Amino acid sequence: MKRRSVASRRIFDLGMRLVAGSAAAAGILALAWILATVVSRGAAAFSPAFFTHLPTPPGVSGGGLANAMLGTLLITGLAALCSIPMGLLAGVYLAEFGRESRFAAVVRMATNILMGVPSIISGVFVYTLLVATTGHFSGYAGAVALALIMLPVIVRTTEDMLLLVPGALREAGLALGTPRWRVTRDIVLRSARKGLLTGVLLAVARVSGETAPLLFTSLNSPYWPERLGQPTANLTVTIFSYAMSPFRDWQAQAWGAAMLITLGVLATSLCARLFIRGK
Amino acid sequence: MKKLSALSVALIVGLSAGVVSAADPATINGAGASFPFPIYSQWAYKYEQTTGVKLNYQSIGSGGGITQIKAKTVDFGASDAPLKAEELNLAGLVQFPMVIGGVVPVVNLQGIASGKIQLTPSLLADIFLGKVKRWDDPALKAENAGVNLPAKEIVVVHRSDGSGTTWIFTNYLDKVSPEWHGKVGTDKAVSWPAGVGGKGNEGVAAFVQQAEGTIGYVEYAYAVQNKLATVQLRNRAGKYVPPSIASFQAAAAGADWKGTPGFSLVLTDQMGDGSWPITGASFILVQKEQGDGARARAMLTFFDWCLRNGAAQAEKLDYVPPPAGVIDLVEATWKSEVRTAGKAVWP
Amino acid sequence: MALSERRILSPVADRVFRSATVLCALSVLLLLLLLVSTLVWKSLPAVRAFGAGFIWSNAWNPVTGAYGALSSIYGTLATTLIALLLAVPLSLTIAFFLVELAPPFVSRPVGVAIELLAAVPSIIYGMWGLFVFAPLMSRYFQPALARLAGGSPLFAGAQMGIGILTAGLILALMILPFMTAVIRDVFSLVPPVVKEAAYGLGATKWEVARQVTLRYGLRGVIGAGVLGLGRAIGETMAVTFVIGNEHRLSSSLFAPGNTIASTLANEFSEAADPLYVSSLVYLGAILLVISVGIQWAAHSWLARVERRAGAWR
Repeated sequence: MKRRSVASRRIFDLGMRLVAGSAAAAGILALAWILATVVSRGAAAFSPAFFTHLPTPPGVSGGGLANAMLGTLLITGLAALCSIPMGLLAGVYLAEFGRESRFAAVVRMATNILMGVPSIISGVFVYTLLVATTGHFSGYAGAVALALIMLPVIVRTTEDMLLLVPGALREAGLALGTPRWRVTRDIVLRSARKGLLTGVLLAVARVSGETAPLLFTSLNSPYWPERLGQPTANLTVTIFSYAMSPFRDWQAQAWGAAMLITLGVLATSLCARLFIRGK
Repeated sequence: MKKLSALSVALIVGLSAGVVSAADPATINGAGASFPFPIYSQWAYKYEQTTGVKLNYQSIGSGGGITQIKAKTVDFGASDAPLKAEELNLAGLVQFPMVIGGVVPVVNLQGIASGKIQLTPSLLADIFLGKVKRWDDPALKAENAGVNLPAKEIVVVHRSDGSGTTWIFTNYLDKVSPEWHGKVGTDKAVSWPAGVGGKGNEGVAAFVQQAEGTIGYVEYAYAVQNKLATVQLRNRAGKYVPPSIASFQAAAAGADWKGTPGFSLVLTDQMGDGSWPITGASFILVQKEQGDGARARAMLTFFDWCLRNGAAQAEKLDYVPPPAGVIDLVEATWKSEVRTAGKAVWP
Repeated sequence: MALSERRILSPVADRVFRSATVLCALSVLLLLLLLVSTLVWKSLPAVRAFGAGFIWSNAWNPVTGAYGALSSIYGTLATTLIALLLAVPLSLTIAFFLVELAPPFVSRPVGVAIELLAAVPSIIYGMWGLFVFAPLMSRYFQPALARLAGGSPLFAGAQMGIGILTAGLILALMILPFMTAVIRDVFSLVPPVVKEAAYGLGATKWEVARQVTLRYGLRGVIGAGVLGLGRAIGETMAVTFVIGNEHRLSSSLFAPGNTIASTLANEFSEAADPLYVSSLVYLGAILLVISVGIQWAAHSWLARVERRAGAWR
């Protein structure tokens, strides 16, 4: 190692500290600015009408995005319903039954690849499969596209959380004569349930902010989502079309919707963190 | 926790209990051109208030409208680029006009009011070809002697999606500029020599609104609704005209609707002292063979309402409604062409 | 229930349970195969028409039916590169700042804020980019950059606020919180005893950061980088608002362009003729190959790095 004087090393260290501090400040400032913009412009759009009325055409005031809020809840809920049981069971297989098998290794690789698929590709795939073939855009197709994104995340987190459960617990249960499925359900899953819930909540949070998969599947609608077999209103596609429009009142509503999604995602993530803390 | 999740599952399943994924009979779905979107959305709104029938129109561009109606994913498509009779027959579609409007160039130049800038056809083409690159170009200055043009680069804004507005605009440029004809041509999406792309009329208007030194082209209602500065164009008769409902009407006055199969008329570069050179009609496309007769009739009833009762709303947004004679021609076409199970749907 | 009955029932239940889990695991695999095969199937017409030349062709003319992926691929790579060049050093710095330099009353709220920002949907970055950042870019930053560069073709052309550079910057901001959170977690896992040993030898903070913390957490840092890369490459919304949607190659970073994701977002729902659709799916398949390829390459490199750095553990 080259010999450098203590003084020069100290000066260099001080210099690097300044650089670090200012770079950190710059980055943090930019991010804080974004947050502040969302909050200020978004909160300005919040009004009772925003939460309860249907959209009005440009130029007609008093519109809201109540249908889009309901639509997002329904589509995300349906996606969760599809992906959570399947993801949980697949994760259970990987953690409990498939630790050594080659099949499990292949499934693990497939899960990793699926996690890396860009969300817009998921939308393209589901459009080809469900929209072009059935003849119309639908909330179902949107839910399937979101479920496709959630699935590998849930599989991975389930496997990770279950692997954290000590083998001794399983062996104790089996030694008592409990059938394997009950060991898994009542001992393993139960002791990992906080981590599992966190994984599920994080997957849901991530997916509720996605726009690209819904662009070609559930499209959008100015009406209440009465049946999901139709183009279904949702917040993210609404934000996309409203934000790109020149109409001021639509742009304001886009910020409001953006803030709403942010709050929802943050609330969900916070719940997840609280669960994990309470472990 | 268990009860809550069971309840929410029941709620979701219950709400999505249109188990058969058939579309809701009460909502008519349409998609397509952003050109007529301002008036279609207002008509749908008014119609729902009067009759309770819902109409969901999504502005995705004329290209999208044609694709979706051919794929039968919507009940009707809307396009400003008229399909020729052969294409209509091949796809089994019926086409008819709903409104006439104008495509106007819009600019964003600080301190320069709407209608101040004057452009000749070749200047417009050269700007969009990227040959005239700056606002203080001598050719521009020659036509606009009294205007204080800034020393800035021109930023061209065009459409990034498949657009009937583009079709009308490029159709006009194709007619007036041989270089445009050779280099670019007419279509809903072309290989633009210069500029930035915006999605929909909305996207172009938004870009022009936000950035200085831009020039784009939008349907007139977008320029008015968003207070964008328009330009005057020199028409075929050699006169400079600003865009207005009167200038669109003048251009549409000489149209021969009866003699054109499929109503696929082009209204650009028309004669007349007061004619706006880039006028165009916006069309609706429906399938000839309708699976659901009641649904088809409900859809045609809506269009009939718009054609007969929507004129006031259309004119407020500076769209020209089709004249009364055309309405009768259109409905005669419905009667003869739109069928379900062998029987006519209309009246 | 009698013990004898239970022993007869449970093998069946166990088998059913196990089969159910195997089925679910299998369906994950089948979904992936279905996805890949659908993409391949739908892109075949374009592959037949253009072959591999699609990748380096810069045509994009729906009128004549000529399509090429070059401008989209270039845009994807350029914006991702800009984003990483900015986000990686910045996130390392912020993470280091939070773990080593900041007092708790700063590091804890900032840390929480960073994690919350990582959960913000990416469309918000796009909107902020278009409405707040782009006007500033065109009015202040782009003129300044052009002057500093002194006529370099990299910063030439109209300064309209949107373009490849702006998209890259917005992308950097988007992946920054997420990468910072991960790297901060990695840094905080470095055992204090290792750092204190270095301090005991008289090392300065910077030297400890570079030689000890970074080396120890290299695997995690690279993992974070790969994750950030993966997100940046496939990002649609943050980019589509500010990239300008142009199928053109330009040497200037101020010029508008597009990425594969933004092309798909803009044009997919309106592509009319089958060759157009097929070309877009071909583009999507290329994006998938790039994303997966990069992740696979990173994972195998990571495995190699881990083996070499094994002496440190």
